[in-house]
Amino acid sequence: MADYKLPLPTKQPESDFYWEKAQAHELWLRKCNACGDAYFYPRNICPKCYSNHVSWIQASGKGTLHAYSIVERGPIPPFRDAVPYVAALIDLEEGPRMPTNLVGVEFDDEHIKIGMPVEVTFDDVTDEVTLAKFKPTS
Amino acid sequence: MVNLSKTAAIVGVAESDEIGIVPDKSALMLHMEAARNAIADAGLTKDDVDGFFTAGYWNYDVAEYLGINPRYTDSTSVGGSSFVIHVAHAIAAINAGYCEVALITHGQMGRSARAPYGRDPNLPAAQYDSPYGIIGPPVNYAMAASRYMHQYGEERTRQALAEIAVSTRKWAQMNPKAMMRDPMTFEDYHNSRWIARPFHLLDCCLVTDAGAAVVVTSAERAKTLPKAPVYVLGAAEHHDHSLIHQMPDLTVTPAAITGPRALAMAGVTHSDIDLTMIYDSFTYTVLATLESLGFCGPGEGPDFLANQRSAPGGDWPLNTSGGGLSYTHPGMYGIFLIVEAVRQLRGETGDRQIKDPKLSLVNGTGGLLSSTGTIILGVD
Repeated sequence: MADYKLPLPTKQPESDFYWEKAQAHELWLRKCNACGDAYFYPRNICPKCYSNHVSWIQASGKGTLHAYSIVERGPIPPFRDAVPYVAALIDLEEGPRMPTNLVGVEFDDEHIKIGMPVEVTFDDVTDEVTLAKFKPTS
Repeated sequence: MVNLSKTAAIVGVAESDEIGIVPDKSALMLHMEAARNAIADAGLTKDDVDGFFTAGYWNYDVAEYLGINPRYTDSTSVGGSSFVIHVAHAIAAINAGYCEVALITHGQMGRSARAPYGRDPNLPAAQYDSPYGIIGPPVNYAMAASRYMHQYGEERTRQALAEIAVSTRKWAQMNPKAMMRDPMTFEDYHNSRWIARPFHLLDCCLVTDAGAAVVVTSAERAKTLPKAPVYVLGAAEHHDHSLIHQMPDLTVTPAAITGPRALAMAGVTHSDIDLTMIYDSFTYTVLATLESLGFCGPGEGPDFLANQRSAPGGDWPLNTSGGGLSYTHPGMYGIFLIVEAVRQLRGETGDRQIKDPKLSLVNGTGGLLSSTGTIILGVD
């Protein structure tokens, strides 16, 4: 995997847990104990009510496709060779919306429909990094 | 709240000496050319400037290069809308007595820069967006446009995007400074290659080298200057997210807040506006923004724009410079909206001059549909 050329995340203290769990092929979210809001991306203080009583919850990995783009021209050089790919926003069952790639589907408007049910799938892109991606629910 | 409507005016506007593809200059040089030209347009000198506003670089880096030592400095930096918001801040600063002559500058080598223009890898985008190729405006705005199409119909949305691309090119054909002046047919639009679906190439703005500057002063001082003052009648700013997945509604921009506020401050309504200048980073930016501003209801934009209403000769002139789509777009284009609005209100735009405009609405958008600044400009 040393030849992986696409950008890798710069993990932060508040997100180490998120990335560790991704490596274990689990998707975890932050949820506020005070106001009940589940949110993405992870922050140690709830952005809605400013409580620091926040937990980690495991997401079901299920959601629906909110928006997408079939990218035909890579925005930066490493992605020029990676096209086409599907940039997507997923509405998770728990509430938050997250960015991802849609995979496991033919890249055309016949097969990709906004509102379609999707589920998480994990891509071990390097020994240290696993990305949560989504595919149509089987 | 004190209403600052008509207490200050734009008295100078200019581009850099050259815009377009200008590989033999630097970004700061473009700032300086534009600053010198705008100060001259105002009938002022560099030493009159005591307030300085810019975005994209630290203020002292630019001000030092320009030889300006301000007593008021504002580096509000929220993408391409920043310069419109600077006008709002300038009128407040002028009224507070913090400065009397505010200079707002922009310069960017979007096309020919010799070094990359990076973002901080510590920011959330680097963790959650970049690994997925969700990088840069086209991919992000394309996802927003896909949502609009889903909600309001693909075919009619596509037609609206085409109307915007084609009408904007018609205006550019009458602007000698515009980069893209060849005719564009609807067929050309539909046949242009995909960038990030649903965006064709001709949905996307240009990437150019360009600078521009704007001079603002008190209404009182403006009356002593050679050109007719272009008064700032209304101004508002807002941002509600940075990253596209945090945007509350992909079809509604912060202009839903800033449009009504700016119009209320000016005491005017949509039908009073003679010229609308909307940041056109993409055709979709215009569609979503005109609805958010309240020119029509959600999803009604395609009907509002039908039959080249926004083209020369139409009853809703839009982006008469040729916009970011066909005139110029170095990266943070917002200041060029102001330059064109002021020139139109002064009657300085030659072949593309619209008939006797009194009021213009200018809406800058920054980031990933993240921030907007709306100003209402008017002449007596």
